Amino acid sequence: MMEKMIFGRYIPADSIAHRMDPRAKLIFVFAFIAIIFIANDVWGYVIAAAFTYISVKMSGLSLRFLISGLKPVMILIAFTFLLQLFFAREGNVVLDLGFIQIYEEGIRQAFFISMRFTLLVFMTSLLTLTTTPISITDGLESLLNPLKKIKFPAHELALMMSIALRFIPTLMDETDKIMKAQMARGSDMSSGPLKDRIKAIVPLMIPLFVNAFKRAEDLATAMEVRGYRGGEGRTKYRLLFWKARDTFALLSLVLLAAVLAAFRFWI
Amino acid sequence: MDIVLEQVEYRYAANSPFEKKAVEDVTFKIPEGQCTAIIGHTGSGKSTLLLHLNALLKPTSGTVQIGERTVKAGRKEKDLKPIREKVGIVFQFPEQQLFEETVMKDICYGPMNFGVSEEEAKKRAAFWLKEVGMPEEVLGKSPFDLSGGQMRRVAIAGVLAMEPEVLVLDEPTAGLDPRGRREMMEMFYRLHKERGITLVLVTHSMEDAARYADKVVVMHKGRKVHEAPPRELFSDTARLAEWGLGVPEVVKFQRMLEEKTGKAFPKVCLTMDELADMLKLGGESL
Ligand SMILES: Nc1ncnc2c1ncn2[C@@H]1O[C@H](COP(=O)(O)OP(=O)(O)O)[C@@H](O)[C@H]1O
Ligand SMILES: [Mg+2]
Repeated sequence: MMEKMIFGRYIPADSIAHRMDPRAKLIFVFAFIAIIFIANDVWGYVIAAAFTYISVKMSGLSLRFLISGLKPVMILIAFTFLLQLFFAREGNVVLDLGFIQIYEEGIRQAFFISMRFTLLVFMTSLLTLTTTPISITDGLESLLNPLKKIKFPAHELALMMSIALRFIPTLMDETDKIMKAQMARGSDMSSGPLKDRIKAIVPLMIPLFVNAFKRAEDLATAMEVRGYRGGEGRTKYRLLFWKARDTFALLSLVLLAAVLAAFRFWI
Repeated sequence: MDIVLEQVEYRYAANSPFEKKAVEDVTFKIPEGQCTAIIGHTGSGKSTLLLHLNALLKPTSGTVQIGERTVKAGRKEKDLKPIREKVGIVFQFPEQQLFEETVMKDICYGPMNFGVSEEEAKKRAAFWLKEVGMPEEVLGKSPFDLSGGQMRRVAIAGVLAMEPEVLVLDEPTAGLDPRGRREMMEMFYRLHKERGITLVLVTHSMEDAARYADKVVVMHKGRKVHEAPPRELFSDTARLAEWGLGVPEVVKFQRMLEEKTGKAFPKVCLTMDELADMLKLGGESL
């Protein structure tokens, strides 16, 4: 299951979304997260969904692929949906099952919240699917640069992020390997009572941590011997270029915000 | 217990955009009591293949028969523990699987998972630790205080203590010094000879394949391209080169000798001793 999950992965391709400036994409996604909260009726969500659909098209990825890859996240969303459905207690009772009542507001809330969640997951996935981790970090560092004036550690933060991102696949591989090694020694993580399963995690976690610390130490040494001394005066090998399409993408967001606001406040 | 692979195919992340075929149409038999070596270039699918031998991976197509049990593509398997008890795998860099506070506890982990009593497991721990050439006082130490080579030995003892019928080794000597390598291989070979344990050995060392194997399986780009006794395999240098593989040093040496003297030897010598004997004979008749 883990190997099929696409959340947080990068898929190399040549599309408009892939070629966009990572800064534009970061602003785009964060702004989208804010803007989606303007929508509060069916039309608002239909428009936001259409906007998301167009964005997916721009990335050259197929919608089917995205949906199947995000299945594990979808389960989480379905769970939120049910939670909302059963626990919101406003408006008229629509359905009375005796032990539980479903309210009009519950349905509304459940639908809107899960819709919002879904669109957010799609958009953020689009960001990571079309941008290499290293460009995301470069973009973030560049966006945070002005904050250096107030002593904000933008470079260090970006470095930490890129190291973390770099090691996620390594850790996943390692988890898989150690899990198999312990399974070969008779550990059983997928059946039996919960207590035993939790116990079976220890032989997995300890080697993982030990290796992670060892690797961190090696990496620190390797950086030191190569003369790393922070971001001071460091120039970039990969330069970022802001193009017309980046401006257009952000303008389309402004348009989306305006339309959603119009629906919410005037129509 | 024989293990029989039939048209085994394995695709990682099957039916996803990351799909990667690692093993394709592999058929061969691992006969009980023999030593089977698997050689091949890095990425040729050896490790993936090994994971099928105790059902850690299920083929995406084809079947793997392990003793009485058959693991078939597309069928749900329950209760795989008995298979894993009989087929022990020593993974590449097994020292990474150590986790317990003491060496004793770590070696006991496998046997106790398979229902061996604590008392018996401790006995086995002491016994197998000695077998892998470690002093007994190590038992009470933390495995993380040992050197890399010692950790490897402890990890191997942890698998041996399960007392499997089939022992699968994935490059067990990678990263060890030459002497450690030799000792380790000799130990496995002794177990094989003395106890009749079936050995499956993945190795990059043509010397080891030549010296220990009854049969060598050659993997290339996920397929089995050859299967032969070592003497037959290593007599065809050109063919091996096609798969990016070499021959043992002693074979190279013999070929050079043959070229310089213009005399072909009657057979390929797989070890230094064999070659020495051959030369002695040759010396008398020359
Ligand atoms: N967990 C995995 N996910 C995806 N692909 C893998 C995984 N493990 C191995 N592979 C791929 O399968 C192929 C065979 O790998 P492997 O069995 O490790 O070969 P070998 O042990 O002969 O070096 C390689 O191309 C490798 O990249
Ligand atoms: Mg391997």
